[in-house]
Amino acid sequence: MTAHVVKWWTILRISLEERFVYRGDFALGTLMRFLPIITQIFLWTAVFAAVEQASSPAGSQASSQATEMAAEQAAAGGATTVAGYSLSAMIAYYLLTMMSRAFSSMPGLASGIALQVRNGEIKKFLIQPVDMIGFLLLTRMAHKLAYYTIAILPFAFVFYLCRGYFELGWPDMQRMVVYLCSLLLAFVLGFFLEASIGLISFWFLEVSSLLFVYNLLTFFLSGHMFPLDLLPDFAQQVVTYLPLHYLAYYPAAVFLEKIPANEMWIGLGVQAAWVLAFIGVSRVMLNRGLHRYSGFGG
Amino acid sequence: MSIIQIKDLVKSYRVYQKKEGLAASLKGLVKREYKEVHAVAGIDLEVEQGEFVAFLGPNGAGKTTTLKLLSGVIHPTSGTAEVMGYTPWKRDNRYRRRFALVMGQKNQLWWDLPAQESFRLHQQIYRIPPQQFDATLAEISDLLDITRLLKQPVRELSLGERMKMELTAALLHSPDVLFLDEPTIGLDVVAQHNIQQFLKFYQERRKITILLTSHYMKDVAALCKRVVIIAQGQLQYDGSLEGIVDQTTSHKLVSLLLDESEIRTEEFSKYGVVESIELPRVVLRVAREDVAKTLNAILDNHTIHDVTVEDPPLEEVIAEMFSQVDPSIRRATDEDIAASAGHARTESDA
Repeated sequence: MTAHVVKWWTILRISLEERFVYRGDFALGTLMRFLPIITQIFLWTAVFAAVEQASSPAGSQASSQATEMAAEQAAAGGATTVAGYSLSAMIAYYLLTMMSRAFSSMPGLASGIALQVRNGEIKKFLIQPVDMIGFLLLTRMAHKLAYYTIAILPFAFVFYLCRGYFELGWPDMQRMVVYLCSLLLAFVLGFFLEASIGLISFWFLEVSSLLFVYNLLTFFLSGHMFPLDLLPDFAQQVVTYLPLHYLAYYPAAVFLEKIPANEMWIGLGVQAAWVLAFIGVSRVMLNRGLHRYSGFGG
Repeated sequence: MSIIQIKDLVKSYRVYQKKEGLAASLKGLVKREYKEVHAVAGIDLEVEQGEFVAFLGPNGAGKTTTLKLLSGVIHPTSGTAEVMGYTPWKRDNRYRRRFALVMGQKNQLWWDLPAQESFRLHQQIYRIPPQQFDATLAEISDLLDITRLLKQPVRELSLGERMKMELTAALLHSPDVLFLDEPTIGLDVVAQHNIQQFLKFYQERRKITILLTSHYMKDVAALCKRVVIIAQGQLQYDGSLEGIVDQTTSHKLVSLLLDESEIRTEEFSKYGVVESIELPRVVLRVAREDVAKTLNAILDNHTIHDVTVEDPPLEEVIAEMFSQVDPSIRRATDEDIAASAGHARTESDA
């Protein structure tokens, strides 16, 4: 048992070291990550201004198409909301999905697996007594750890600047626990989902177009692009049955109290079930894939 | 019992036959034609513990495929193989801790990190006890003279230095069986020689079993007493290196150092085929059984300062052997080259 722990710890430590080799790339990558926030703030400010103008009594009734976007006038306060989100909440939502994606996005995982299958590097997992998925999971954890132990500073700074958008303040203790758990599960789910896609390369060798479709779908259906509450009821129903919304929407929705307290544990359970499902899927795919690979050669 | 036992091992591939042209490519989207390729077509082989065996053969003969089968990277189409009592393609962890595969063209070290770090990882993956790890690493890096390079990122090392690191990584867990696939490919003469010396020393000391494929005859001549020739997926020869020479070539090279008085070099063509004339040295190709008789005749009629009788160069013998077992490999003879050169000349004249 201890041998295992030491083995995995060594893998983690060495991947950490590897990550710190490229400092310039690291700095630039962090900077670029925060640029979209500014565009998002401009975008939603403009959208809300348009909605407000269209729905105000002085505005022309003819331009009411914008109001079809489920814009409502809050009865008492008079603040404009879209699908239950005020402008502040919308920007807070965006910041929170950025947080979720920091955990759940796996740049280069699937394409890396595909590359290893194609150039035969995958052989090393056939020759050496080490499990490929475990190895990849640890190196990925190391990547994230390495990145965010440093990136936590700019992240904290940006959240501090944008603190005004969080009108509800910090959620209560229980909600915070669910939020943090769902972030961690988002990481694991993102990993096993994308690993499964990468493992398809055992059958198709080239998965880049598949990956493109997956990334596109994830951008929409995870709620990274806009809150899923904006979707029509029917579409919302469908999306909540998919695992993708746990990658961005769910943790953010928990934090912003869009999910009632009595339902959020259930959601967390379903998220955990999805994780287990994709652990199983990737395991089966790896076994079959390696068998197929070793059957064909390479 | 033999440490490696291979019985009737067969590995066939289905290869997609892509035809030339766009139309054919489009057709290939719908219906593909496959061709069966027999990379290994029934090999029987036994290797004893402590042997150093060379696999020789033309490109695509099935050498690497055999090594891949023995290291469990691929499954055979049929047949059996056992290494140390394990069936390689079952990939038992106990087996995987006892062998190593080094491929000259593949890298298993972390590119951006010092080799030392990759070695640490190997220590954990193979569960090498710390003392044993330190001792083995110190010994090997001393022998290969790479101690000062251990802390340098691998990407900054030369090809030869990287190969030494790869070898070190493969030997850290003290494997009982080592498969080497072209370990000296692309290396300069000095690096090749270093690696040969190291392998020779290490193998004699540890008495491990090594299977090696290489295209460098110097590797083979320096290291392996036993040579196995594979061509067209089958075993064509199994024995000593000298045996190949005896079996394949029917002549020897007689090199004569002439006295200055000997100026009528054209006379020597009656004793055998003249290989080269670089006065005062003349080299003749003489049939094996006629060597003694020919030498007598030459010494009777000419003033000779020195004589050496040699087998033809190993490369030539092996090329001869390959072309004998595989008719598709035709050796380019001097006449061919002369003919094509002559052809080129007439073209440029016109």
